[in-house]
Amino acid sequence: MADLSELYQQVILDHNKKPRNFKALETPSITQEGHNPLCGDHITLQLELDGDVVKDVGFLGSGCAISKASSSMMTAAVKGKTKAEIELMAAEFVKMVRGEIDPETEENHLGRLKIFAGVKEFPARVKCAALSWRTVQAALEGDAEAVSTE
Amino acid sequence: MKTQTASEFDVAKIRADFPILTQTVNGKPLVYLDNAATSHKPQCVIDTINHFYAAHNSNVHRGVHYLSQLATRELEGARDIVKKFLNAASDKEIIFTKGTTDGINLVAQSYGRKFVNPGDEIIISAIEHHANIVPWQMLCEQTGAVLRVIPINDDGELLMEEYEKLLNPKTKFVSVNYVSNALGTINPVNRIIELAHAQDVPVLIDGAQSAPHLKVDVRELDCDFYAFSGHKVCGPTGIGVLYGKEHWLEQMPPVQGGGDMIKTVTFEKTTYNDLPYKLEAGTPHIEGGIGLGRAIQYLESIGLDNIAAYEHELLEYATEAIGGIKGVRIIGTAKQKASVLSFVIDDIHPHDIGTILDQEGIAIRAGHHCAQPIMQRFQVPATARASFAFYNTKEEIDTLANAIHKVIEVFG
Repeated sequence: MADLSELYQQVILDHNKKPRNFKALETPSITQEGHNPLCGDHITLQLELDGDVVKDVGFLGSGCAISKASSSMMTAAVKGKTKAEIELMAAEFVKMVRGEIDPETEENHLGRLKIFAGVKEFPARVKCAALSWRTVQAALEGDAEAVSTE
Repeated sequence: MKTQTASEFDVAKIRADFPILTQTVNGKPLVYLDNAATSHKPQCVIDTINHFYAAHNSNVHRGVHYLSQLATRELEGARDIVKKFLNAASDKEIIFTKGTTDGINLVAQSYGRKFVNPGDEIIISAIEHHANIVPWQMLCEQTGAVLRVIPINDDGELLMEEYEKLLNPKTKFVSVNYVSNALGTINPVNRIIELAHAQDVPVLIDGAQSAPHLKVDVRELDCDFYAFSGHKVCGPTGIGVLYGKEHWLEQMPPVQGGGDMIKTVTFEKTTYNDLPYKLEAGTPHIEGGIGLGRAIQYLESIGLDNIAAYEHELLEYATEAIGGIKGVRIIGTAKQKASVLSFVIDDIHPHDIGTILDQEGIAIRAGHHCAQPIMQRFQVPATARASFAFYNTKEEIDTLANAIHKVIEVFG
């Protein structure tokens, strides 16, 4: 049986309550919207790039605890990283929440983000966790269309 | 029939009719409180569908053989059950559809495209399901008509004086729900129809949420159209009913062409069949119609008035039990409500509520309930919604209340 405490871990609850980088940037290089149309979750992600590196990042929006905490931790994780590093993390994160890789036994670059591994036991919530990473992927790919994870 | 009080209402006996209710979910007994989304099916409906395929399966309206005649008789028998259920004047007024959405779209595309012109106005309300918004927006785009919306107060009740002001010589059609799926508000449809008819404007009533809870007599109500879904009245999915006054249906062109809806076809000209078949192209959802007929008989055996009275008791009990929890705010506090309890909890998103309740075996709906304008009106992204049926119990509401305390605990 899925364990609720695996999903709502203290770190996730903390990021939900006090999201990091919950702000609009003054000079964003990229602004990207992401939606979960069926849930109504919504994120506006902004990135300030210095060449290939994310110099600053901010997000605004509304959503459930999982999507908000995921957005908060995503922004903390991508700051100072290159596009290639972020794209790798995003791909690994989405695979992890879908249960396609086990971060405990398989090599990965997820670090603290492993805390979201418990989401795979809650299929209805995978899209909540994935939204911010789908959005950053689209932002880096220069996809002007709003992202939808449904 | 005498209306029973809840103490006489034998809910244990009723629950025994629904095999799905005996299961456990996540190790807990299922507490199904998502009845506004869909209702469960009693064994008699399941048996009827099984029996149709096991013994009577055939196409309808065209065979001279035994099985075809049997299938036709059963489907037309179901139409007659629906006719009596709604107290329609004739079987010709009962069109089988895919569901409420299909029925509303049929009226918009058939009646609407024939009678609505540029500059005409169509009135809906601020508490409609998307199914009673989008078809009219599509019609407005196609015809150049304008959509007008009856506003609501903070309790989720229609502002009737604003409705009166909206009605004007340009108004061509009014379409409102009887009961709001997101808030539970029971709209004053008698008065809405009366005021529209005073200006010769026809009215469609979206009955998706009223059909399972309220006895409706379409002739007493005097609505021009009434649409509902089978799956919300303990019948199968994919079947619904559009009631229309015969004189309107007679004037309405078919939206779909095909088999069953024609009298004669040549490459030069086709003549359409009589009502109701003119508006039912193709092989119908035969077992759906038959299953719906059986579901209506089942509801009538319990009595719609008894169902409404018992569900009202559940609503009052739940409003007190859930509304009294610190941090919970009920969205939709109309004086006249059906058994829908939409709520939000301070700083906790409805999806998180839904996931935690699911772990307790409790099924509720979390989201915008296909009614985004209502969410915007109340400035919430979504709500959690518990909706009760006559097979729910007060003990299940206690389980819900305890689980909500647990949600608040998790988010501390």
